[in-house]
Amino acid sequence: MRVALFVTCVNDAVFPSTGVATVRLLERLGVTVDFPAAQSCCGQPQFNTGYRTETEPLVRRTVRAFEGYDHVVTPSGSCAAMVRHHYPSFGTEAGALAPRVHELTEFLVDVLGVTDVGAYFPHRVTYHPSCHGLRLLGLGERPRRLLEAVKGLELVELPGAEECCGFGGTFAVKNPDVSAAMGADKITNALSTGAEVLCGADNSCLLHVGGMLRRQDAPLRALHIAEILASTEEEPWA
Amino acid sequence: MPAFPEAAREAVGNPTLRANLRHATHTIRDKRARAVAELDDWAALRETGKRIKDRTLRQLDTYLLQLEEAVTAAGGTVHWAADAAEANRIVTELVRATGETEVVKVKSMATQEIGLNEHLAAEGIAAYETDLAELIVQLGDDRPSHILVPAIHRNRGEIRDIFREKMGSWGRPAPEGLSDAPAELAEAARLHLREKFLRAKVGISGANFMVAETGTLVVVESEGNGRMCLTLPETLISVVGVEKVVPTWQDLEVFLQTLPRSSTAERMNPYTSMWTGTTDGDGPGTFHLVLLDNGRTDALADEVGRQALRCIRCSACLNVCPVYERAGGHAYGSVYPGPIGAILTPQLRGTASEVDASLPYASSLCGACYEVCPVAIDIPEVLVHLRGKVAEEGGKGHRLERAAIKASTWVLDHPGVLATGERLASATRKLHPKRLPGPGARQWTESRDLPELPAEPFRDWWRKNRT
Ligand code: SF4
Repeated sequence: MRVALFVTCVNDAVFPSTGVATVRLLERLGVTVDFPAAQSCCGQPQFNTGYRTETEPLVRRTVRAFEGYDHVVTPSGSCAAMVRHHYPSFGTEAGALAPRVHELTEFLVDVLGVTDVGAYFPHRVTYHPSCHGLRLLGLGERPRRLLEAVKGLELVELPGAEECCGFGGTFAVKNPDVSAAMGADKITNALSTGAEVLCGADNSCLLHVGGMLRRQDAPLRALHIAEILASTEEEPWA
Repeated sequence: MPAFPEAAREAVGNPTLRANLRHATHTIRDKRARAVAELDDWAALRETGKRIKDRTLRQLDTYLLQLEEAVTAAGGTVHWAADAAEANRIVTELVRATGETEVVKVKSMATQEIGLNEHLAAEGIAAYETDLAELIVQLGDDRPSHILVPAIHRNRGEIRDIFREKMGSWGRPAPEGLSDAPAELAEAARLHLREKFLRAKVGISGANFMVAETGTLVVVESEGNGRMCLTLPETLISVVGVEKVVPTWQDLEVFLQTLPRSSTAERMNPYTSMWTGTTDGDGPGTFHLVLLDNGRTDALADEVGRQALRCIRCSACLNVCPVYERAGGHAYGSVYPGPIGAILTPQLRGTASEVDASLPYASSLCGACYEVCPVAIDIPEVLVHLRGKVAEEGGKGHRLERAAIKASTWVLDHPGVLATGERLASATRKLHPKRLPGPGARQWTESRDLPELPAEPFRDWWRKNRT
């Protein structure tokens, strides 16, 4: 199978390792991955801040970049949700892209039909289901099932898992105090699990929570689920 | 009133308030989830409630006229109020006509919205709140911070102190040696209120629903104090928002299931009072209904925003909202706090003031509110829509923001430029400080470290390793 990778702008610039992990994982599962270079940003930050007109060129660009692919895979729940839920309001062409875009765990479980991806990651891990993946995409148990099948991995339940971490895009900048208070509670819950890794399927949330963890020098690091699933006994991920 | 972020900062820094809010919202949200899970047709009820409201809103004028006719036929009088000033004037004149200088009130959002108590006080009429939580708020010279539990921000100790200090100056004082045991607090309130109920000649209420086919008004409550206000006085004045009308009794059936489960997590609310005009020898001899617009028809004209008028004020969205939980109700600067307040208030009042313009941004768009709303109001959708309006108006900061957004769109629409920028950022990454100045960056790095940028962006890795 041939798919297009939609790496997303945040991953491209700040978390390329998530993109690399996604490529390795998909190739290991026998998928041929293309990276259409014309892609950039799905337009979510512009859209959610109330700038619909400014979103339009990015929607057009994204639609053009992924023309001709039956499956577009992205390691970002919130960007997948942007395309799935809001693109249809930008016209029929944009609407036609919506069902072809899959968030990574969705693609693995629903399209490839695998839950055991042959990964090895001998660590204690807790999972934060980001709001857009949870509520807009309805990822449900998919990420957990994938993590449970990873050899050596001990999955521990995150208290208050379904509560927002406080990132919310420009919300973190416009309402810094509330955002930080939400993040602090998320961290308290995550630390209470005794996990070494806080895992998620959305690097923007991990950017926020991870940044707070680093500021506190906490014994816990944030990691994208793609990097855990890409890790094998032969080639362990950092 | 300051903008939401500033008002919220104060609440975030108040540990007692945060503990009170956290405890209360988490308890009720867990109970709600259990009460809702008991019904296997919840999704269908939600969808039906949404449809009934939408259908009613589409023909609001027809149903309101039908309601007016039915109320009048049943011996009541209907008044139409375009805004707060008109509603206050009508109510004041009606009270004045009775010759009374005090009234008892059953909890009503509509009268809070128009500032009726303050208006009456200025006209020499004392209005006594009789809902327990409203009483606490009134005695404490405070503002409500929740639509169902207006004193949610107070704990028992604080309530005891308010009762001890203030009850005496409003009527019957608190009993000697009052403790903070819930039963003692409730008894103190009961004694204090009983005196008022038996004395009052005029009652003022709101309503949860108005049934057009018979002209019947409905109040659902937990304490029975509302029923006292509705039945004991000689004159009853009900002030109700025009969106509260439902066409038939059959429609009511849906909401009497969804409202209690969503709000108090009860299968059925303890008191459901219904009144239709007047009846000789039973209840108030005079009944007035003031139908309040106050921005509602403007909201109705907005295709996306109008869904906020479906709201049945259950408060489920407040109780699950992570922002409300930290910021508290007062930060929203209106009687409608939380997610529903963030979309309703700027529609009713417009977005000219700083606080109203900041409300559409008072959300992380996590979607928890939409998930629990019993009439399926897509609150995140309306928030984004209202953000667009605020940005369009270009108030404080938004012109700069638009320029920045335009610039970012341009860069993102030119991958060549984007790649160069990314490469430059990566190449200089060792020089990036952990804390940054400037709007946005400063707020960000106050509580978080920015991630260290990678040695190369993904694009470059791909070019080197896969092409
Ligand atoms: S918006 Fe929905 S959840 Fe919130 S108070 Fe209104 S009906 Fe209840």
